[in-house]
Amino acid sequence: MFRIESLQHPVVRASNLAIDHGQRVALSGSSGTGKSVFLQCLADLMPCESRLSLDDALHTSMSAHEWRRRVMYMPAEPAWWSKRVADHFPEQLRQPFSRLGLQEDLLEKDPLKLSSGQRQRLALLRALAREPAVLLLDEPTANLDEDNALRVEALLEDWSKAGGILLFTSHDPRQRKRLAQRLWRIIDGEIQEQEW
Amino acid sequence: MTGDAVISLFDLSLAALLVLALAAFCRPISERTATGLITSMARMALQLTLLGLVLKAVFDQVHLAWVALISLVMLLAAGREVVLRQRYRGAALADWRIGLSAMVCGSFLLTLLALLVMVQHDPWYHPRYAIPFLGMMLGNTMTGIALTVSRILEGAHQQSLRIEQRLALGEPWQEAVKGIRVDGIRQGLLPVINMMAASGLVSLPGMMTGQLLAGADPVVAVSYQILIILLIAAGAGIGSLIAAHLTCAQLFDSRERLRLDRYRDTESSGRR
Repeated sequence: MFRIESLQHPVVRASNLAIDHGQRVALSGSSGTGKSVFLQCLADLMPCESRLSLDDALHTSMSAHEWRRRVMYMPAEPAWWSKRVADHFPEQLRQPFSRLGLQEDLLEKDPLKLSSGQRQRLALLRALAREPAVLLLDEPTANLDEDNALRVEALLEDWSKAGGILLFTSHDPRQRKRLAQRLWRIIDGEIQEQEW
Repeated sequence: MTGDAVISLFDLSLAALLVLALAAFCRPISERTATGLITSMARMALQLTLLGLVLKAVFDQVHLAWVALISLVMLLAAGREVVLRQRYRGAALADWRIGLSAMVCGSFLLTLLALLVMVQHDPWYHPRYAIPFLGMMLGNTMTGIALTVSRILEGAHQQSLRIEQRLALGEPWQEAVKGIRVDGIRQGLLPVINMMAASGLVSLPGMMTGQLLAGADPVVAVSYQILIILLIAAGAGIGSLIAAHLTCAQLFDSRERLRLDRYRDTESSGRR
């Protein structure tokens, strides 16, 4: 269980929210209302007052990088720090490249020479390879055509069915409906649970 | 020291005229450069004259306290220089702490080693040895530290997205900032490496030049010069490593977040 007991940031607030293992939640709100800020606060990447826990372990009970390894944030435009895709992956872990329509030989390429859609899918694999418990995805299919967006959704659905906790933003209401079981909306800076 | 070639005031003025002429040529292109040339020349002349007078007084009155006081002034001046050379500034106290602690380790400790173990003059703190040694050590570690710190701070600002990406993937801050740190250390050591490679072939190091001009035996001058260069290399290296570690740590808060909001950019704020 991923629990947000309280969260206070000048832009967004939240209290008493939780997502269970295997659940997928969509976060909506018009742009500029603080969706990314909220996700970054959950990953402890942004200074804010909060009380968060994962499986009853408080985020302050572990070092920040241990928390982020479990509660992982993926920005809408992931960054790459090395000239070789493989350098961004932990060693010796098989990745479901073909499920996302990617070739394994991409691993030897320079990420900046790939298309933005390829990069976005690789970034998702890069995150999954680190085996987080919670994924916080900011527009995970923004640069993808419909086929590839559906592939990403199928992969995420399987991942959550195996116990993963997913919170994502999407500008596409159909995608929210397809992928998520629950919906959170930002209203006047407060995150609220909504009925579909 | 044989004094067969004493420099007269006339000779000095002639040399100064050259710099003044240079400043006059630069003025139409960049007024700032021209003013910089003139003010720094004035500072140099004044500082060195004062130093000459102070050293003359201290040589007559050899006392550890005086040497310590002069060393402290030199250290603070070097620390100020490191801070002033940075484009990005954080909290003043932290900036000073980084510069000073790196410099103390890089130059003070090695100067002590040189004086106590290698030179072994009696007394070991005799200003004729202590001050020039410390000055050369400080000057070079200062440059190394300033380069390391500025390379790291500029790298962190240019590559903030990459660093934050690595943090988001759960990497410890030491890992996320690794490439930038290596860059910074390399940058800080470059002048020393270049100096070692070129000295004797292309350039005659300043200390040796001075000794030769003052009539010392070339072999003695060379052996001192080699000792100094080795110490400088070690000192600049130690200073850069320490400065790199402290600067990188300073970039992050206790929850390993990159906090560039704590720095201000002196070039965009319009000041200085």
